Amino acid sequence: MNKILGNKTAITLFIAPSLILFGGIIFYSIVMSFRYSLLDWNGFGEGVFAGFGNYIKMFQDKVFLRSAANSLLLGVITLFTQLPLALLLALILTSGVKGEGFFRTVFFIPMTLSSVVIGQLWLKIYNPNYGILNSVLGALGLTSLQRNWLGDVNTALLSAFVPIIWQNVGYHMLLFYTSIKSISQEVVEAAKLDGATGLTSAFYIKIPLIKPMIRTCAIFVIIGSMKAFDMIYVLTNGGPVHMTEVPSSLMFSSIFNLNKYGYGSAISIFIVAECILMAVALQKLFRVKDSAI
Amino acid sequence: MSEKLKSRKGNRLVRLITAVFLLFWAALQIYPLVWLVFFSFKSNEEIFGGNIIGPPMVWKTGNYANALLGGNVFRYLFNSVWVSLVVVAISSVLIGTSAYALSRMRWKLRKPAYWVFVSGMTIPLHATLLPLFLLFRKMQIINTPLAIVIPYVVFALPTGVLILTNTFSALPIELEESACIDGCSVYQMFWRIMFPLVRPTLAAVALFTFLSSWNELMFAMTFISDPKWKTLTVGLQSLSGMYYTEWGPIGAGMVVATAPVLVIYLILSKQVQNALVMGAVKG
Repeated sequence: MNKILGNKTAITLFIAPSLILFGGIIFYSIVMSFRYSLLDWNGFGEGVFAGFGNYIKMFQDKVFLRSAANSLLLGVITLFTQLPLALLLALILTSGVKGEGFFRTVFFIPMTLSSVVIGQLWLKIYNPNYGILNSVLGALGLTSLQRNWLGDVNTALLSAFVPIIWQNVGYHMLLFYTSIKSISQEVVEAAKLDGATGLTSAFYIKIPLIKPMIRTCAIFVIIGSMKAFDMIYVLTNGGPVHMTEVPSSLMFSSIFNLNKYGYGSAISIFIVAECILMAVALQKLFRVKDSAI
Repeated sequence: MSEKLKSRKGNRLVRLITAVFLLFWAALQIYPLVWLVFFSFKSNEEIFGGNIIGPPMVWKTGNYANALLGGNVFRYLFNSVWVSLVVVAISSVLIGTSAYALSRMRWKLRKPAYWVFVSGMTIPLHATLLPLFLLFRKMQIINTPLAIVIPYVVFALPTGVLILTNTFSALPIELEESACIDGCSVYQMFWRIMFPLVRPTLAAVALFTFLSSWNELMFAMTFISDPKWKTLTVGLQSLSGMYYTEWGPIGAGMVVATAPVLVIYLILSKQVQNALVMGAVKG
């Protein structure tokens, strides 16, 4: 038995390809990104060693600071809107309403669509002249609220966040739904005998019992916000005047539009460091042992 | 008695409110998609002439012909399908075998190897964009499908390996012991006995991988600029640039891009939901 499961050729054959591919690429990428981040380099020829110059520049760059603040804001907003909404929907759906399966399926649809489709669709929804949002506002007689949602510096950021939240509510709803469903029926029934139904049951039985999942989702949305890219890229590409920039969109445009390879790499190292630190900090904060990220 | 009656009345009110709320939210999630289908059939005159919200007065199917033929959408669709399938095939083999080695086989560096995959989950993939771009350019595989297949496989590995490792670990050791007595080789043990038992989990992982590859944007648009190899997400981006002032064909392209995934989802909704939940819970 031991001999068979210790077969060295088989082990190598089984694990080596993925370990080399995965470990190799991740390791190579981080080392190289860090190396590039120390260079003043436009992508052509050799870069000039600049020490930590790019990092210093980064923390003095107002656009970068705004992008970092934006991603934090996105994390906080999703935490306080998307998660409560998802939890509410999950609680309702698990309380035995009609059409449980139907609603679950419908709420989850946006999750399966690509961010490009959703982004393009919301571009049309927000279109100042022919978009559905301004049309509905017009039809309701609220013409004073009509505006160029993504073009106006005052509304652009929040307008760019809405589709992100809209897309992901279903996902967290499903995570909450699944964990509420996995609460043992006996507990719920026993509580029912003691008079805990509806809201009481939700607040005193269900929510406390799915706390680990709530924590996991909180970590999820915050880390996810640090990495947000697709939707911002499609909707605003960081504009107007960098109002909606997030670190990854700034990294992307620094490298591929402005040819600042060194500076862009410094931002990518920042994103990596931020995600790891945030994950560690949140796990500590929530004292979750083997939580999932 | 009256108290009970009151609470029953209250219940009915609560039920009504929750039903309205659910319907409202469902409408909010679905209507944009319905609207997309509407304008994919509309002419510019209708869209810009006042009929914004409702269904098209005249259903203009020509938009679809425009998008599919003029906009190359068929090509992009085909590329997305086969790239995603290749990624699923390669990653499934790698995930299945390495998870088996990590969970059941006996070797010294098992723990560290496992941690490589775990740590890989926290590291955002953004950091690999530029290094891989430069590496692939040097290797001259930029602008070929390989340039996106490799990163997609790599991205699929950590979650998949962790999920499958858990699944393998949960299987009783007696299975292998009895196979061992029957004189099985390790390959037979893996392929004939253990692999079939994790197939449902692997299928869920595959579904998850398929969706992520299908929807990926950042790498696809950086590594592929040749229209011959563009995938659907990137193709749609360029389509919207091409038909900037014409909503119909863009809408048609988006419907065509969305329909296959949506149909798969509606047929396999349980499995898709499970797959995505699993990615979060066990990953």
